[in-house]
Amino acid sequence: MSLDELTAIDLRERIAARQVSSTEAVHAAFEQIDRAEPTVGAFISLFRDEAFARAQEIDRRLAAGEPVGALAGVPVAVKDNLCTRFGATTCGSRILENFHAPYEATVIRRLLDAGAVIIGKTNLDEFAMGSSTENSGLKKTVNPWDTERVPGGSSGGSATAVAARLCSIALGSDTGGSIRQPASFCGVVGLKPTYGRVSRYGLVAYGSSLDQIGPLAQTVTDAALMLSVIAGHDPADSTSVDERTAPVADYVARLDEPVGGLRVGIAPAFNAGADESVRSALDAAIEVYCGAGADVVEIELPHIDYAIAAYYVIATAEASSNLARFDGVHYGYRTPNPADYVEVYSKSREEAFGQEVKRRIMLGTYALSSGYYDAYYLKALKVRNLIRNDFVKAFERCDAILMPVAPTTAFKIGEKTDDPLKMYLSDIYTIAVNLAGIPGLSIPCGLDPAGLPIGLQILTPAFSEDKLVRIARMFEAATEWHTKKPAIVG
Amino acid sequence: MQQQIDADQVRKVAKLGRLELTDAEVEAFTEQLGAILAYVEKMNELDTTDVEPLAHCLPISNVFRDDVVGPSLGTDNALANAPQRDGSFFKVPKILDDSSGA
Amino acid sequence: MSDLSYKVIVGLEIHVQLATRTKMFCGCALSFGEEANSRVCPVCLGMPGSLPVMNKQAVEYAMLAALALHCEVASFTKWDRKSYYYPDLPKNYQISQYDLPLGSGGYIEIPLEGGRTKRIRLIRAHLEEDAGKNLHTAGSFSQVDLNRAGTPLLEIVTEPDMNSAAEVRALAVELQRIVRYLGVSEADMQKGHMRFEPNINLLIERAGLQFRTPIVEVKNLNSFRALERSVAYETQRQLDVFLETGITMQMGNKSTRGWNDADETTVLQREKEEAHDYRYFPDPDLVPVTTTPEWLDEIRSRLCELPVARQMRYVGEYGLSDYDAGVLTAERATAEFFEQTVVAGADPKRVCNLLTQAGLKLANERGCDMSALGIAPAAVANLAQMADAGTVSATAASTILQAMTETGKAPELLAEEMNLVQTSDAGELERIVDQVLAENVQAVEDVVSGGKKSKKARGFLLGQVIQKTKGQANPKVVSEILDRKLS
Ligand SMILES: [Mg+2]
Ligand SMILES: [Zn+2]
Repeated sequence: MSLDELTAIDLRERIAARQVSSTEAVHAAFEQIDRAEPTVGAFISLFRDEAFARAQEIDRRLAAGEPVGALAGVPVAVKDNLCTRFGATTCGSRILENFHAPYEATVIRRLLDAGAVIIGKTNLDEFAMGSSTENSGLKKTVNPWDTERVPGGSSGGSATAVAARLCSIALGSDTGGSIRQPASFCGVVGLKPTYGRVSRYGLVAYGSSLDQIGPLAQTVTDAALMLSVIAGHDPADSTSVDERTAPVADYVARLDEPVGGLRVGIAPAFNAGADESVRSALDAAIEVYCGAGADVVEIELPHIDYAIAAYYVIATAEASSNLARFDGVHYGYRTPNPADYVEVYSKSREEAFGQEVKRRIMLGTYALSSGYYDAYYLKALKVRNLIRNDFVKAFERCDAILMPVAPTTAFKIGEKTDDPLKMYLSDIYTIAVNLAGIPGLSIPCGLDPAGLPIGLQILTPAFSEDKLVRIARMFEAATEWHTKKPAIVG
Repeated sequence: MQQQIDADQVRKVAKLGRLELTDAEVEAFTEQLGAILAYVEKMNELDTTDVEPLAHCLPISNVFRDDVVGPSLGTDNALANAPQRDGSFFKVPKILDDSSGA
Repeated sequence: MSDLSYKVIVGLEIHVQLATRTKMFCGCALSFGEEANSRVCPVCLGMPGSLPVMNKQAVEYAMLAALALHCEVASFTKWDRKSYYYPDLPKNYQISQYDLPLGSGGYIEIPLEGGRTKRIRLIRAHLEEDAGKNLHTAGSFSQVDLNRAGTPLLEIVTEPDMNSAAEVRALAVELQRIVRYLGVSEADMQKGHMRFEPNINLLIERAGLQFRTPIVEVKNLNSFRALERSVAYETQRQLDVFLETGITMQMGNKSTRGWNDADETTVLQREKEEAHDYRYFPDPDLVPVTTTPEWLDEIRSRLCELPVARQMRYVGEYGLSDYDAGVLTAERATAEFFEQTVVAGADPKRVCNLLTQAGLKLANERGCDMSALGIAPAAVANLAQMADAGTVSATAASTILQAMTETGKAPELLAEEMNLVQTSDAGELERIVDQVLAENVQAVEDVVSGGKKSKKARGFLLGQVIQKTKGQANPKVVSEILDRKLS
């Protein structure tokens, strides 16, 4: 068998029905990894022996008639900024290259409880800071559709692993588009849940008020299945919302039920900034919804042009503080010969952090420093409020907003590395969603003339993931784009 | 309100962030941060006089835990990742200025 | 020099450790004296991906203290990160409260001589987490122990309202009494539960002109003695420096000094207030605290009369001395026990003597408070009444009190059993007095003659009577009979 033929939910059903064993599924995953991983470089670490041992355990449980979870036996990959008790948790950084967490992320616990087989941890931009995975301090990952191009980022390893069928389904994290944009670049589905929907405990923080963990999958159904497993209140995360405030639904159960009387909102002026091929794919997607009976509403997001400015202040301010703990004192890399304890900090950090991480620490430190706080950080929080209100108002007139995920398809490796601002500006369509805290989903909606995948972004109000996945599923059911695969899948 | 960042400010910020930048980095960051900050100042086009700062999108407050003892890691687990240890302690070069600000 | 006068001006920053079981943001037990780095978890080690969750008890203790200190308790408060790099601070930021402290304003009344009080105003009271400890005793390197990291602290900042070392001490003692009364802190100085940082300078008047000396902050004092001495030392030192150099307070010439316990001096740590840039910003890992009126009322119901008010009342209402009132109000359990005995009918002065001379000693020996001695306030009131009535002597009362704690028996019963009942029966005593007088003719003569030996002889006769009754005669009654017979 090959993972290419099966989605996670199919695989899980066949494993549960004992038509296929988990061991076979894991074998298929590693067969493809052996073939394609040397080319794409999706993983920082692989747990071959552990994965087979776990698959055998799942198979044994099934044979014994013991209960198994929603992902029983399914090979899963997780981004390497999620703490695991096994292996290292590196965040793609040399400063954590040998860090072995003595605890695990809540989502990891939930995956394991659901019977998932974690086969490896995927590459990312160092500390999730980037849009291309080129900022990894440990590894190079390429786009499976075109090895000259980036897979997007920062969850580039997870997107690549799913696109190249090295696993069935994967977890990423999204602070400013880090799930949706690589999903778009790699032709897979990526879902960023509402802020507070999924526990951040054990996710190494980049921008704490923006970060959310979410699935990257071959289909909307798989993304919904994964969301059902990881969503829900966690007492260890004060910012995870309790059941009373926002109950968790079974996101798979009503997935095939189209949303009646659907009003989709579009912001034509905003979308005009995208490449021609991206715009025409978006137009075609809007047509698909019209064909399904949806009304199109023109909306305005008057402050969205300021999202990148506000985001790069807020995210870097939080990051500068979140990354202060990497100092060579209690864990992680320490400079070999510090002259004094201050050099333990300044040299360890200088030697082990990459350029992008340093740049963002610098920017965030500056924005919070005395004399600049009001002009940058406080101003950005106010702009954030305006942007959130834009969405609140827009959702009074529509059920979902459609827009591009990124202005372009996957760009060439090295194309933007010399100009950080240019790289930041490419996050224009994803960033506002994190500032507003709302859920967003990226789904394949076309191929550009070079044959590279294009993503459609769908946004819905806070805590309406149940609706979001159904709206996405309407598109998927009416199109074939999700069945397109890169040649490397074979 | 164009605030240009110069090399001295970059060095000062690097010190605050405990980054011992090379001269080449100082030069590169001066230029790059200058460009980013110039872009960020686009926010000043917006009048935010009556806008509340939004630090958090969540509709919740008062998230507590009960005062109940949970497991600690124990010394060996706590020190397992330490770059250097001395018995039960993390070990660091001698701290001369006792300037903790707690 | 003769026209020079000065006064010292002191404001205090005080960190009080709260008496929770666990740390501020994680479930690690608070510890003292355990193996280094044994009471730590991913959260208080600041490990990547770990997240803080507020300890409700700590927040409620802080609210209770803020109410007792007459602070305004914020209806909305939040957490901020205070950034600085130091090995005892694992995240390199401290979770604290910056612009919206839990409590603001308020005051503490401190007792002065002669039953007066002085009101010291407070600026704020906020919650924060403690850092760990750096140790520098190992030789060429330093050691870091994070057991203390994350311990909940209440930071209280006063206005510069204190004008003597004695007032500073009084404030510290009073705060210790208050937090102990409320049960929000053990306030054990030996364990570092209270740490003080006074800001000290002088206001000098010379030749009709006013001068202010540069402010000095003395770091981390953890005993009343060190606190008091450091203020006294700084007062003299700053006066000397001023007379020598004439330097006065200016922007940026605040300095930080450490306390040298051995020679009781302060030592310069930082000349100029180094441009600290703490980069405070709201902690995105925590949600705000909103205090509803109902919640505040519930906390308010746990308040009690504060020690200084009690002390003043004991002096005014019961006529106790300042000293005795201070002893009885030092701990809430003692004061409450005392008041219960008064309600049960004991004379306040009598029971005060009984408690300060016997009860507290017993409690001390047993390491418990009055309420845990196993005696009922009503029984102690009975004992006090017996002493008042002369049924037992004051000394016997103390003995009986101890026996009560050991046996749980009633004082009347114990007085009988232990043969401590005094004979006040005038008829019976008169018979014995007559007998003694008959047996000691010479002494009687000495008394009656009123000579040099009179006083001594009278004492001898009294002693004889007491002896004949095996110590059970009420000396007051015997004395009256003797006076009557020998006049
Ligand atoms: Mg403090
Ligand atoms: Zn802990």
